[in-house]
Amino acid sequence: MKRQLPLLLIFAFGAFMVVQYFIPHEASEFFYEFVALDWPPIVGVFALSLGTISLVRVSIGKIQRREPNWGYTIVTLAGLVSILIAGLPWFGGKQSTMVEWEFNNVMLPVTASMFAILAFFIASAAYRAFRARSALATLLLVSAVIVMMRFFPLGPLTETTGAIADWILNVPNLAAKRAILIGVGLGIVSTALKIILGVERSYLGRD
Amino acid sequence: MSIFEKMFAIDRRWVYLTLGIAVIIALLIPFSIPLPISKEAQSIYDYVDRLAPGDVIHLAMDYDPSVMGELQPMTYAILKQCFDKDIKVVVSALHQFGPTLAANTIDSAVARHREKTGETKVNGVDYVYLGYKPYPILIILGMGQNYRIPFPRDYYGVPLDSLPMMATIRNYNDVKGVLNVSGTSATDYWINYAQGRYNVPLAIGVTGVMATEYYPYLQTNQIFGILGGLKGAAEYEILTDAQGPAVEGMRVQLVAHSIVILFIIIGNIGFFAIRRSKNKAL
Amino acid sequence: MRHTTLTSRFTTRLVATLAAILLFTPNLVTAQDSTGLPITSEIAQSAPVVVRPAPPTNVRAADKPDDHGHTIIVSWDLSADDGQGNKNVLTYRVLRTPKMSGPIHPDSTGGDAAYQIFSSLPYGNAAWKFVEGEWDTLGEVPIGSTSYVNEGGKDRDQNGFLPDRVPFRYKVLSATIEGGLGESETSAPAEASGQFLHHGKLLHIGIPVLVFMLLVFGFLRAAKMGRELYIRPLAGISAVDEAIGRATEMNRPILYVLGLGAVDEIATIASLTILSRVAKRVAEHRTELLVPCYDAVVMTVAQETVKQAYLDAGRPDEYKEDIVYFVTQEQFAYVAAVNGTMLRRQTATNFYLGVFFAESLILAETGSVAGSIQISGTDRTTQIPFFVVACDYTLIGEEVFAASAYLSREPKLLGTLKAQDYAKAVLLLVLLGGCIGAVFAPELITSIFSMNF
Repeated sequence: MKRQLPLLLIFAFGAFMVVQYFIPHEASEFFYEFVALDWPPIVGVFALSLGTISLVRVSIGKIQRREPNWGYTIVTLAGLVSILIAGLPWFGGKQSTMVEWEFNNVMLPVTASMFAILAFFIASAAYRAFRARSALATLLLVSAVIVMMRFFPLGPLTETTGAIADWILNVPNLAAKRAILIGVGLGIVSTALKIILGVERSYLGRD
Repeated sequence: MSIFEKMFAIDRRWVYLTLGIAVIIALLIPFSIPLPISKEAQSIYDYVDRLAPGDVIHLAMDYDPSVMGELQPMTYAILKQCFDKDIKVVVSALHQFGPTLAANTIDSAVARHREKTGETKVNGVDYVYLGYKPYPILIILGMGQNYRIPFPRDYYGVPLDSLPMMATIRNYNDVKGVLNVSGTSATDYWINYAQGRYNVPLAIGVTGVMATEYYPYLQTNQIFGILGGLKGAAEYEILTDAQGPAVEGMRVQLVAHSIVILFIIIGNIGFFAIRRSKNKAL
Repeated sequence: MRHTTLTSRFTTRLVATLAAILLFTPNLVTAQDSTGLPITSEIAQSAPVVVRPAPPTNVRAADKPDDHGHTIIVSWDLSADDGQGNKNVLTYRVLRTPKMSGPIHPDSTGGDAAYQIFSSLPYGNAAWKFVEGEWDTLGEVPIGSTSYVNEGGKDRDQNGFLPDRVPFRYKVLSATIEGGLGESETSAPAEASGQFLHHGKLLHIGIPVLVFMLLVFGFLRAAKMGRELYIRPLAGISAVDEAIGRATEMNRPILYVLGLGAVDEIATIASLTILSRVAKRVAEHRTELLVPCYDAVVMTVAQETVKQAYLDAGRPDEYKEDIVYFVTQEQFAYVAAVNGTMLRRQTATNFYLGVFFAESLILAETGSVAGSIQISGTDRTTQIPFFVVACDYTLIGEEVFAASAYLSREPKLLGTLKAQDYAKAVLLLVLLGGCIGAVFAPELITSIFSMNF
């Protein structure tokens, strides 16, 4: 029963969602709104509690075992506790000064900086990867350089470079993306069918 | 180690240092570069420009601070255009780390407008900020039925029904279009659910790396315009006469790209030189 | 003599009053325009005359097909003065009868039979009155329009509700800028109703999915019958065993990143199925596994998956609760934490399989700095280039969904993979046919793809 019940639920709800897609009637819409739209947030809220408990337990374990760099784990827990307390209704709720301060002075610069690191990583990845080892690699290298140069003011060549770069982005690049998307679409339908029909069960563990 | 071997295997920290110094210099020394306006950006500008005073658009600011550099200038430019033309704006922020950012952005845009024109835009009359709710698909679908379903109150806790601007706005049928500025897959949800199900006119502003992915939707007229990355933001700043961080950022981007190209050339020179010396040795 | 004096004073006052009236109210005796100037016959002849435009004709109303109800489409033929004739039509105004009045609470009707009660469990409960002979103005559409969608809400207790199975009639007025109106005939009655089958979706989506399902069932049957199914080798999948072996030899942990997707993303589910197989092999090798999670729901599923995998490998004692742990649901905070784990623990092998966004290159580059062997796979086309450039092996798009079949070599899974490939072949033929048709017979192609049952 431990194995059959989840499979039965998966089949029932999966099949229902497939059939519901083709039935526009209000009654079908009601079941969609009631099942698909209302239940996930409830499950999500409980799962978030489990996640927070997991984070706290793992962090405390690291501190107790004095694992390397355990000091950073204290920072993690301090951040979690401080934003939790700052957001409590007694301190002003989600719009309190403390929450705004933490957002503007910690969250904002740190996340923006992490995204900015990408620029440096792109540079080092491009330096390492764009070598003309073969004909295809050379093609990749030349295309990348042309696309990067499309904003360069090259006098009479500016428009030409821009046009070639736009062509590279809108024709071969887009063609490849569409091909991948079609494959992904079929893969999604196939995986969803496998899961609904119970052919793929590895996420539940094997029989 | 020969010079070519060094060129082939430059420590990545030298790459980071060179790039960092070049970017700092570019920020300190201003210069301008020509920026042609793309037709994708022009079409968004023209669409908003054709609206009449009092018309309403929905601005969906679905991004967090990490992509502020690219997307924030777009948002400011759009809000400037709307405020200048007395177009009313319904704002939502469907990213969990976006609501405070969106609130600050609106306040700044209102302050800038007041500074330039002396006119103060009023919350509830000229704009409404709905705030954030989780599960963007459900929110987008709910707003298509009635804004009050997912947002019975605005971000500040005021019931939507008591806001004068919302008296005539029930759902997407009552707004002239949706402008989605996003750095996440929220754009896919707006295309699939808002435009796909409710046929609301939709334009998007996304990060540079995402932009090319949405050109198929432009070709099929599922969206009527795209602002792609910093370039798109710079174009819109120029169109709305609000030249600011995006236009400045474009010259920094030019310098950064030059450095990357330089290192690629250096790496390839080293590669070819080593390969030739190996072939000679054989 | 007093009487005579009184009479003459009264008369004087009367005459004076009449004279004042005549002097100070000139509009009573002469025609004047709005500026106060008298209107002469010349001015009267040049005053604007409101001209009625020709009305639209053939007004018809019908239920909108393939919807949940509460919508009627009104269409008409253009007015003779729309773009031709007098060319003075500016807009079309759509009206509907009977006029709807409400909503009020059903208990407040006071027994008035004119009210109809509409009741629906999730969509409210209210009473509405329908007044025949009176018209609701629904809206205006610009010149050149030949249809209007009267879309109502389904909430019975909200303004804008349009009930199903109630007959409505429509008329359309052509309007000029001066306010002249041309009134059409009233349409035949039409009722909104919901349909139980969406014919458009059935043709364009249902039938292709059905064909695909038939292919899947066919190959499943072939697999069950023991038929050998060949699939081309994938470098990334072949490298999994090598990568796990490397980590075991170096006595360094394996990092498995499930991505930033929620559990309803198919790529995340595919990654979970791969995790199950990787976890089983890791358990057999007795190597340490780390699975930091971005989403709490994914974490709970991953915990069960890994626990079961350890059980299946016969190593239940090796499983620890800390193998799968939640980090944070903020993108770059999660990346920072994973990067820290990579650099501190010096992971030998990193798997990045699932949904990734901008953080993909940060993860891959940091893994490269840590000296890890990296196997990645995502369905996000924007991130595939970054993984290709920075990782040792990359599964592109649908290869992520196929990986589970590759790792398990189960005939049923291989069968569905073959069905996928054949479906792609059918799609390719359709695309090719469509391209050729679009060049030589575009009308035929257009009519095929806009067909409905």
